[in-house]
Amino acid sequence: MKVLVPVKRVVDYNVKVRVKSDQSGVDIANVKMSMNPFDEIAVEEAMRLKEKGTVTEVIAVSCGVAQCQETLRTAMAIGADRGILVQTDEELQPLAVAKILKGIAEKEQPELIILGKQAIDDDANQTGQMLAALLGWPQATFASKVEVADGKALVTREIDGGLEILELTLPAIVTTDLRLNEPRYVTLPNIMKAKKKPLDTLTPADFGVDASPRLKTLKVTEPAARSAGIKVPDVAALIDKLKNEAKVV
Amino acid sequence: MSVLVIAEHDNAQLKVATLNVVAAAAQIDKDVHVLVAGGGCQAVADEASKLAGVTKVLLADSPVLADALAENVAEQVLAVAGDYSHILFASTAGGKNVSPRVAAKLDVAQISDITAVISADTFERPIYAGNAIATVQSSDSVKVLTVRTTAFDALTAAGGSAEVQSLTAVADSGRSKFMGRELAKSDRPELAGASVVVSGGRGIGSAENFKILDPLADKLGAALGASRAAVDAGYAPNDWQVGQTGKIVAPQLYVAVGISGAIQHLAGMKDSKVIVAINKDGEAPIFGVADYGLVGDLFEAVPELATNL
Repeated sequence: MKVLVPVKRVVDYNVKVRVKSDQSGVDIANVKMSMNPFDEIAVEEAMRLKEKGTVTEVIAVSCGVAQCQETLRTAMAIGADRGILVQTDEELQPLAVAKILKGIAEKEQPELIILGKQAIDDDANQTGQMLAALLGWPQATFASKVEVADGKALVTREIDGGLEILELTLPAIVTTDLRLNEPRYVTLPNIMKAKKKPLDTLTPADFGVDASPRLKTLKVTEPAARSAGIKVPDVAALIDKLKNEAKVV
Repeated sequence: MSVLVIAEHDNAQLKVATLNVVAAAAQIDKDVHVLVAGGGCQAVADEASKLAGVTKVLLADSPVLADALAENVAEQVLAVAGDYSHILFASTAGGKNVSPRVAAKLDVAQISDITAVISADTFERPIYAGNAIATVQSSDSVKVLTVRTTAFDALTAAGGSAEVQSLTAVADSGRSKFMGRELAKSDRPELAGASVVVSGGRGIGSAENFKILDPLADKLGAALGASRAAVDAGYAPNDWQVGQTGKIVAPQLYVAVGISGAIQHLAGMKDSKVIVAINKDGEAPIFGVADYGLVGDLFEAVPELATNL
């Protein structure tokens, strides 16, 4: 069975982004870009299913600018068998990405699509659920455990206040939460190997998708800054401040 | 046109998050309807009908909806979506699970995690872990929104008496099955809505040591939270995680213990009214947002604080 893993190229999680002075967006020129951390967990999970023998092929997909090739090479260095780049310079919003991925799913016929639950740039948390709806597939979001057998996926999900277990009939969508696994380190030999793996390049038009953005960003601004308060010398002083100044206890 | 709020509930009670979402909805339009989709949830519908500002409650009561499977709940929302200009969900694990399905089927963009309503088609939302605020405008016919609950004060007024209208429940999708749930049993308030939160970070050192926070949380009636580092290290359960990819909280008092203050964590708590930080590293970034910082050994300071408060 095939697994499809969409991966997004985002500003590295260690970078503190700056808002541009003209309020048109954040400045991502010359900042380090990486694979969205939740997507790395998704690739790792697909590889573990492959290593267990449940999965025969892992296909990584990325939608966006030409440099997304690097993200796909990272996915292939973790172990994905091949990559598909759907290349466009246009700003891609989750609905457009879901439509492109639907086109790829129809062509490749995977039994399982594993995505990160959210990307750490737009923090939207939409693409997996949208893709599930467009395909008419069941979904298990925020997964912390995935078992696949006999045409079913048994998924433990992180919900408010605890965990929930769902059984999905394949084909299905899973989105990853932090505790699903710890992605392996990519080794140099695997990076070299990944360079030789096949990578196809397509465009949104190949899937008949109009990828133009639906939401218009009017401006991007700095959040209201919170200024540092004071340091107190000891616990007694802290209690005094909380009782008499802040009046919160 | 009216606006629709999807109620967050456990089939017995309305969750507080719904009150925040109704407050956001009321800023868009005065005609706010609430959909209660669940199983054996008549009491929730009755509760919703008493909320001030709610003009109608739609009740879809069926075993098919009892476990809030995304496939079924989304279909139930879609069955009535045509009557509404806006459909609002709480930005909780439950809301985030269902809302994009609704948006995709309506072929509209979803606007996630709104923190302000500028106008009926323009909203503010945080991006990059709250390090930037985007003002976005939607030209879609229906706006599907998830609402950051901490950004809107919960409705306090009751006294409404909305009509409760029963809907025909949708059929089961047959593709997903609820197998079980393990909810942490706790006498503490729910993290997302708590008025006091005591959170621990990697500085606590172990799962065992996390118990040091219990007496303090007991004294303050606080919910317990944790940084991602503490969750990753296995010191605390995942649903305690406060931050960009965990829960967003804005309590009256947030006590950060042994938390250095990575930007991803600050994204989840910097709107708290009063922040207290206890950390042995005086240079830790958490002190940059704390109203009161105590540089010292948490293993001495936390028990002392709990005893003397």
